[in-house]
Amino acid sequence: MKIPHRDEVRVGQELPPLKLPPITRTTLALFAGASGDHNPIHIDIDFARAAGMPDVFAHGMLSMAYLGRFLTQWAPQTHLRHVSVRFAAITPIGARLTCTGKIAELTERGGEALARLEIGVIDDKGEIKLAGEALVALA
Amino acid sequence: MIDTRHIGLQLPVVTFEVEKGRLRFFAEAIGETRPEYLDEEAARAAGYRSLPAPPTFLMGADFDAGTTTTLLETLGVPIERILHGEQSFTYHAPVCAGDVVSVEARISDIYSKKGGALEFIVKDSLIRDAQGKTVVEARSVLVVRNPQEKSA
Repeated sequence: MKIPHRDEVRVGQELPPLKLPPITRTTLALFAGASGDHNPIHIDIDFARAAGMPDVFAHGMLSMAYLGRFLTQWAPQTHLRHVSVRFAAITPIGARLTCTGKIAELTERGGEALARLEIGVIDDKGEIKLAGEALVALA
Repeated sequence: MIDTRHIGLQLPVVTFEVEKGRLRFFAEAIGETRPEYLDEEAARAAGYRSLPAPPTFLMGADFDAGTTTTLLETLGVPIERILHGEQSFTYHAPVCAGDVVSVEARISDIYSKKGGALEFIVKDSLIRDAQGKTVVEARSVLVVRNPQEKSA
């Protein structure tokens, strides 16, 4: 996989977005099992309603895992140095998510060229679900 | 209110084996279909020792060991009141199938906002390889939504 080169990237450049299929109950059941997060609020509608929610909703870490896919399709995972996110809004069943990002800064640390990316997950109405940043080492 | 004397609390160290089957299950769950995340030969061709653990995969170590459940019980927080507020990872070295890592976590902060309506629990984790070298650092912020008494 090609490593983005410092001479071939610029501040403001957008990364290719990652568009996800709609969130289903099956998505959440599989993610609960695979991630180990068995919190019933994400998989048991009776539990969710008793807790005052209208329905189950997606794990925040599912969206962050999508961001992991998004970042590693731009640069190999070996070059991902840091990723941090704030979970801004609940993601309901049926949500159509897209991962987006752009280069906010080109910098250097310990002799390594880095791109600081502003990243996010939005739904098809443009609501921000996750917002954060990542550091990726450049060639 | 959560007792702030829990700040500094060290959680039991957890050992977690990164298994190929679990990695493939995780890949399926997040819609990951690239061969280096599913097929060992493709992973080796991409320069990994074996299937790489995706960037957020190691959260599973704490869940499997019941650390999160124990933490909430210790702090007296019902699970239905928590939301994940923030999460970060800092990567020092790749983690691959076959690796056995240990997770050492502590509660580094507890604070409240909006007159106690929201409380925040900050957990910092060091994930180490079998040689004791830190391969990943993680920080989780959990938000606790407290029911508010209505004013008369």
